[in-house]
Amino acid sequence: MRRDWLPILILWVSAFAVIAFLLALIIYIAIKGIPILSLKFLFTFPRGIEARGGIFPTIMATFYTTILAGIFVTPVAVGGAVFLTEYAEEGWLIRIIRFGADILASVPSIVFGLFGLALFVYAFGLGYSMLAGGLTLSLMILPIVMRATEEAIMAIPQSYREASYGLGATKWQTIKNVVLPTASPRIVTGIILGIGRAFGETAALIFTAGMAINFPYFPSDPGRTMTCHLYLLATEGISTDIAFGTAFLLLIFILAFNLLARRFGEFSGGRR
Amino acid sequence: MKNAFEVRNLNFWYGNFKALENITLDIQANRITAFIGPSGCGKSTFLRCLNRMNDIIEGSKLEGEVYLFGDNIYGNSVDVAELRRRVGMIFQQPNPFPMSIYDNVAYGPRIHGVKNKDELDEIVKRSLERAALWKEVKDKLNQSALSLSGGQQQRLCFARLLAVDPEVILMDEPCSAIDPTSTQKIEDLMYELKESYTIIIVTHNMQQAARVSDFTAFMLAEENKSATIIEYGSTESIFTNPKDKRTENYITGRFG
Repeated sequence: MRRDWLPILILWVSAFAVIAFLLALIIYIAIKGIPILSLKFLFTFPRGIEARGGIFPTIMATFYTTILAGIFVTPVAVGGAVFLTEYAEEGWLIRIIRFGADILASVPSIVFGLFGLALFVYAFGLGYSMLAGGLTLSLMILPIVMRATEEAIMAIPQSYREASYGLGATKWQTIKNVVLPTASPRIVTGIILGIGRAFGETAALIFTAGMAINFPYFPSDPGRTMTCHLYLLATEGISTDIAFGTAFLLLIFILAFNLLARRFGEFSGGRR
Repeated sequence: MKNAFEVRNLNFWYGNFKALENITLDIQANRITAFIGPSGCGKSTFLRCLNRMNDIIEGSKLEGEVYLFGDNIYGNSVDVAELRRRVGMIFQQPNPFPMSIYDNVAYGPRIHGVKNKDELDEIVKRSLERAALWKEVKDKLNQSALSLSGGQQQRLCFARLLAVDPEVILMDEPCSAIDPTSTQKIEDLMYELKESYTIIIVTHNMQQAARVSDFTAFMLAEENKSATIIEYGSTESIFTNPKDKRTENYITGRFG
């Protein structure tokens, strides 16, 4: 074994590099960002040309667009997944839809932004708005949530379905009362992961939710999300301390989403 | 004696593979009929033809007729869900839903439109009593069904089935995954249930077939042939005086 020390060292370094980069990133952002965090930062509006002060409306716009995206994506993703796994017969239709979902998943988000601009902002006349942003985000995370839901449904043992059929349940009753409830923890995990992805999205929102600094009350209101705020501060080179504070807050939220998703995942894996 | 099932010239395919060949037999109501035979002899496949459970397997095909109390269950106007309510099934592996004990038993009645809480409570209690499980679970109806032992889970599956008031109960090796004490309880249960239900059991265990059944069908898939029924008659005659050499070889343990 002693002769193998070199490859083992290289493998060890590669593996360690992953966690090292993550730690370096978090620590760097934290050192720069933590001093900025305060209640005032969280709950006041940006002031003046250099956007000093807080980022309250951007936090609200971020949650607004993300929650809307979650609301829009869930029925479509779950419906599509149920159709693909339970109703569609294995064949060209399924292959095309799955292939389409995979392509959709790899489309750059800026392209979604452009599409959202053309369709929701202009064609539907929604203007820069929470609604247009939420819709664009929902399209973007649709493949993620749909695939997660499909896998959750396919993991349900056939024996549950047979038990239900054996009691005289129809297919739809079986799906509604057995398959979806049993798969729901994993479906929720998929939705949270999708929402986490939407939460950190920038490019798809610049042209759809807009850049206006205002508190978004209605779905028709525009608003600047945290990521867009960060993007603007960084490109303009103003108030970099505020940018780091925003970045740190984003990281915390994303981390929370991941932990939440993991918790639900464990809940579904753990058989009582 | 009334027939529950009359099967006529039944042939069955999985894709291009012909699994069952020309099966014709009558199954008496309010009796226990056992299907025995070595692994892969088509017993379970045949059983699943009786409540159209094979319909959910893609590429399966059936020819022939199966009459349930006179009606062809493969006819055009048959409501398959209703058929499966009338002809319920107990599976090899206990398969309670990952819900509470109560919700498992109430599942069927709820599906069929019972909403009244008192009525549901009554059905759940009565069904659990009939399945000889009530005493063990009456204080923990809201616990997960998966917390029960394997034998209890199987009796819960009986209770769940009885709650939809079937006419026939199909059992696909119901005792192969549970311990001997639980097996005994389930056999006792079968004796009681045959008063009101027609029971058809697939079993690997010849002693069990001899113990519990009134009629026995011996099935066999000979080399390069599809499975079919070799011999069918009263359990006593099959086990004490088999007419076919192959039946005799099987029940005396020469193969299988």
